[in-house]
Amino acid sequence: MTLLAVAGLDAGYGAVQVLRGLSLHVDAGEAVVVLGANGAGKTTTLRAISGMIPAKGEVTFEGASVLGKRPDELLKAGIAHVPQGRGTIVDLTVEENLRIGAYSRRDPEIDSDIARWCGVFPRLGERRDQVAGAMSGGEQQMLAIARALMSRPRLLLLDEPSLGLAPLVTQEVFARVAEIVRDTSTAVLLVEQNANLALEFAQRGYVLEAGTIVGEGSAEQLRNDESIRKAYLGS
Amino acid sequence: MADFFRYLMIGLGNGAIYAMIGLGLVVIYRASGLLNFSQGEITMFVTFIVWTLQDMGLPLVVAVAGGVLSGVVVGAVIQRIIVAPVGDPHQKPRAVVVVTIGLFLGINALAQVIWGTETRDMPALFGNGQLSLAGVAVGWQKLGALAVLGVEVALFAFAFKRTRVGLAMRAVASNAESAALVGVPVGRILMLGWGLAAALGAVAGTFTAPDRGMDSNLMLVMLVYAFAAITLGGFDSLVGAVVGGLIVGVATEVIPKYVDSLQTLPMVPAFVVIFGVLLVRPEGLFGAKKVTRV
Repeated sequence: MTLLAVAGLDAGYGAVQVLRGLSLHVDAGEAVVVLGANGAGKTTTLRAISGMIPAKGEVTFEGASVLGKRPDELLKAGIAHVPQGRGTIVDLTVEENLRIGAYSRRDPEIDSDIARWCGVFPRLGERRDQVAGAMSGGEQQMLAIARALMSRPRLLLLDEPSLGLAPLVTQEVFARVAEIVRDTSTAVLLVEQNANLALEFAQRGYVLEAGTIVGEGSAEQLRNDESIRKAYLGS
Repeated sequence: MADFFRYLMIGLGNGAIYAMIGLGLVVIYRASGLLNFSQGEITMFVTFIVWTLQDMGLPLVVAVAGGVLSGVVVGAVIQRIIVAPVGDPHQKPRAVVVVTIGLFLGINALAQVIWGTETRDMPALFGNGQLSLAGVAVGWQKLGALAVLGVEVALFAFAFKRTRVGLAMRAVASNAESAALVGVPVGRILMLGWGLAAALGAVAGTFTAPDRGMDSNLMLVMLVYAFAAITLGGFDSLVGAVVGGLIVGVATEVIPKYVDSLQTLPMVPAFVVIFGVLLVRPEGLFGAKKVTRV
């Protein structure tokens, strides 16, 4: 079943158009990656989908148009966005970050969800009362992901989680997210430069160049594609 | 010595009012990173509403409650229709600060249009009686200001730490974009911040007006003291606003009594505080130094 469908998406900043007729889709419970070099429009794609910048085209989520909605409305609909650079709220503690992640919810299970994600990411549990700004990059990335999951999304938008992290830490982050996709059937739309890791993690992928999709296929097809190997896999 | 104690109590009472206005400044600063230069004039405006309500024959306590409620509305509306459209204070700090200075002038003029330039009498909330403390007569009004300040601080500290909305306000203050991404309606939170600041103003102004007289100049001097208070305490600290307010209140009352050359210049200690703190410890006594690991 198609969860997110994007068609003919145009978006940019002021007079600069970045996305040109971008189309992609994500099925329920699926992990999809958008590969692209610096400046291809990866971050812009996610920002346009989650209503942070104005866009034209079609964006439907679970069959309903969500184009032009505010981020807080999209979150209520079931789309959570982990921005590039993590976006943890550095002045709040780890626990407060998780609690604010559940701002759209009003059910009694918020505390048990906090405990749950502190279990999945033990470092967060250990540092529950510490301010987020004092944590390492990897810990903040995990906090940002856990915070997004606190809204119980059906689709998680992940913007370059590997940015600025050591390779081992990046692997750890991807391993955790893969478990989460498997255990909670949350779909993930990931944009990444690190094609090696991303194609191991995702089932399907797209290749983004100059604001438009120029290739797509299963993760295996993309891994074996000669031009993609050259451009993104370094071999 | 008895003289000193009397000056001290007057200073603390005045300081409580500076602290109340300072709290309003801190609430807006924490929510949007903005120094609101129009805080004093908004305070004056809503205090005129209190004055009008009691002038219509309502009991003063009811008039203050009405002023607090209308403060919430006035603050929220000003934020929504005048401040918000200019942009995010984090991205356009100068533009938004200039707008608050424009508001300063505009609200002052509007108040003169509505209520005229005549100075009116405002009755004292706690009456004009005095209490004898260790042989020194202390006005109930000063003690009342201190007590009300204590209640305000307790309420705000509780709300910021323990409530959903308070957490949302702190999140917006720290990182508005991230707060929006986790579903916090940032626009409404900012409106609420301005509303609460104006509501605090209604109370602070009600304590100021009996001494200074109710006219459009009610807050001109008070705002300087309030800025001195939060500079000393730290722009983002509720406790700092209170401690800073009380210290500035005492300093501006006591020092001119003992330094002849300052007798007609009570604002000098306030400016010295602002200047000295910015020079020596810019984050103030209780302000947070930013802790960030990249």
